[in-house]
Amino acid sequence: MNAPVSITRQPVVALVGNPNAGKTSLFNALTGSRQKVGNYPGVTVERKAGRLALPDGRSAELIDLPGTYSLTPRSPDEAVTRDAIFGRIAGERPLDAIVAVVDATNLRNHLRFVLELKALGLPLVVALNMIDLAKRDGIGIDSARLGALLDLPVVETVAVRRRGLEALGAALAARIGDTPPALPQERPSDVRALQKQARQLAATVQTNTGSARAWSQRIDAVVLHPLAGPLLLAAILFFIFQAVFSWAEAPMGWIEAGVAALQAELAAALPEGWFLSLLNDGVLAGVGAVVVFLPQILILFLFIITLEQTGYMTRAAFLMDRLMARVGLNGRAFIPLLSSFACAIPGIMATRTIDSPRDRLTTILIAPLMTCSARLPVYAVVIGAFIPARDVGPFGLQGLVLFALYLAGILGALVAAFALRRTVTKGAAPPFLMEMPKYQWPALRDVGLGLYGRATAFLQRAGTIILASTIVLWAMASWPQPPVGGTKPPIEYSLAGKIGAALEPIFAPIGFNKEIVIALVPGMAAREVAVSALGTVYALNDVSEDNAGSLIERLRSAWPLPTALAFLAWFVFAPQCISTLAITRRETASWRWPIFMFSYLFAAAYVAAGITYHLALAAGL
Amino acid sequence: MTKDALHRPIDALAVGEVALIAAIDRAGLDPGTAQRLCELGFDEGVDVEILHRAPFGGDPLAVRVGNMVVALRRDMARLIEVEP
Repeated sequence: MNAPVSITRQPVVALVGNPNAGKTSLFNALTGSRQKVGNYPGVTVERKAGRLALPDGRSAELIDLPGTYSLTPRSPDEAVTRDAIFGRIAGERPLDAIVAVVDATNLRNHLRFVLELKALGLPLVVALNMIDLAKRDGIGIDSARLGALLDLPVVETVAVRRRGLEALGAALAARIGDTPPALPQERPSDVRALQKQARQLAATVQTNTGSARAWSQRIDAVVLHPLAGPLLLAAILFFIFQAVFSWAEAPMGWIEAGVAALQAELAAALPEGWFLSLLNDGVLAGVGAVVVFLPQILILFLFIITLEQTGYMTRAAFLMDRLMARVGLNGRAFIPLLSSFACAIPGIMATRTIDSPRDRLTTILIAPLMTCSARLPVYAVVIGAFIPARDVGPFGLQGLVLFALYLAGILGALVAAFALRRTVTKGAAPPFLMEMPKYQWPALRDVGLGLYGRATAFLQRAGTIILASTIVLWAMASWPQPPVGGTKPPIEYSLAGKIGAALEPIFAPIGFNKEIVIALVPGMAAREVAVSALGTVYALNDVSEDNAGSLIERLRSAWPLPTALAFLAWFVFAPQCISTLAITRRETASWRWPIFMFSYLFAAAYVAAGITYHLALAAGL
Repeated sequence: MTKDALHRPIDALAVGEVALIAAIDRAGLDPGTAQRLCELGFDEGVDVEILHRAPFGGDPLAVRVGNMVVALRRDMARLIEVEP
């Protein structure tokens, strides 16, 4: 804004450091809400940038680069950090300075990376972060001496308490010149020599080694206990699922009511016709059907982000690794798969932290088998129609069936992973190496900004991919229009109806009737749309809360029980929605994998539905 | 790499027993993994301790190495030997 006249460009500063050094907290503290989250071109790694005001009046662009242990990357995230530092990313300006973020409680490991960064020759400032935790653990650090030995400015910071930020800004301002520094050259570094040097350095500047991690070890004694650990994990998961469904109920109702009110407003304001139908039945109904899951996604991510920040998630990965190893995955796949219970899209995006490409691909391919919340409305209607509401022991039969469907998805995913790792993603099991950071209190600001980022990312997708696909499907379900005097439901005359009718012979062997097949076509936009599509096919104008009951009545009379059970089995594996295929295409950078994913899930759904149908017939149901 | 008969793999340590790393069989690892192992602090002469063994079969292990706690599987832990 009021920058000195001589400066015409905004310098670029990057935060670089080990995972768990508190980089993101520091970034949030330095930029507050002035951040922009985007993507690096070509790769799907998040690019987080914000404006950093320097004490001399200048402002810099601050970039939060993905955490990495060195400049030798092992995952797509880590490759971005290396490429950004060496100025190899198209459209990215070269760096003016680096802030090396160091965890004061883990000096000897983090200093090794500082030494590697120092060798680049770029202006470098060391943020000795979490200095308060070091003091708490009784670790004394002579930071002035460290600065002198490194020949670098070293600033003590406590990002979560906003301490040391001004000093950091001042140190940066002093190192950023008017002209950008030359691009650093990549040269091999001897990790072991640097590691040794870092250990010596740490030993020299630490006045007291303290009882590091005493707290974390005490917590781990419970969390990783052979018996208490898995029980605690199960309890936490149960609580999260319970919360996702019960806490989200009210806000989901508000969103539905809001969409309905908007539709009523439009219906009153606009003349009847295709344009009104486009807005109400296409845009609002389609996007509304997806946005309604925002509360569930936010609640799930509230837990995931909080647990990640405390350090618990790596413990969960540790506890789950054995189970994952049996099917050829590793513990790191646990978090993406957990996210997929809300929606496969954030789940698939969360696989970026998996360092082995084969593991990552396998995790992406099985993510849609985790029962996402979009399948719930489908399950709810069919279970409501066909499963009697009686008790089996202390449990309700309907609830048990729902639980069985979730379980079937998880087992299906394990079997699929097992099969995939022996066929299409065959290869040596990658070594599992994972740092388990110390426990920390989650910082409210970091949780809030993290949630905000998830919400905007989800809404952006709802506003683009999902909007576009719902409009296309709306058009397919609306045209051609029924002839004058047509007696069948209008959808049967449409393109979607014709496609459904043409596909019917394929589905007849697994017990699906024409109406179901027609409903599956628009159900590709989002699975729950299949419910409203069934409503349309069965000539109910609108299937919302108040007349879901009538759809249940209708299905009960129209479907034999084996068909209903086959339909449930189909949706456990159901070829995923278009948004999932689109995100898979983006994350794997090819059409090959989304096509493969669609095909294998289609085959699995077909076989599962067929087996269910014929077993049910044979059992005389 | 000379195998000293007295060296034990860290896998053989009891939980809570502290020992110094004597040798790492880097030839048994791919170069990337060997480097990451080093980046996480595994190096000759560093103190290690098994903190936890995972439930259901004791795999993976949570190993303290210096100030860091790292989870790794037993097959890799067998490549890291400690002084008696």
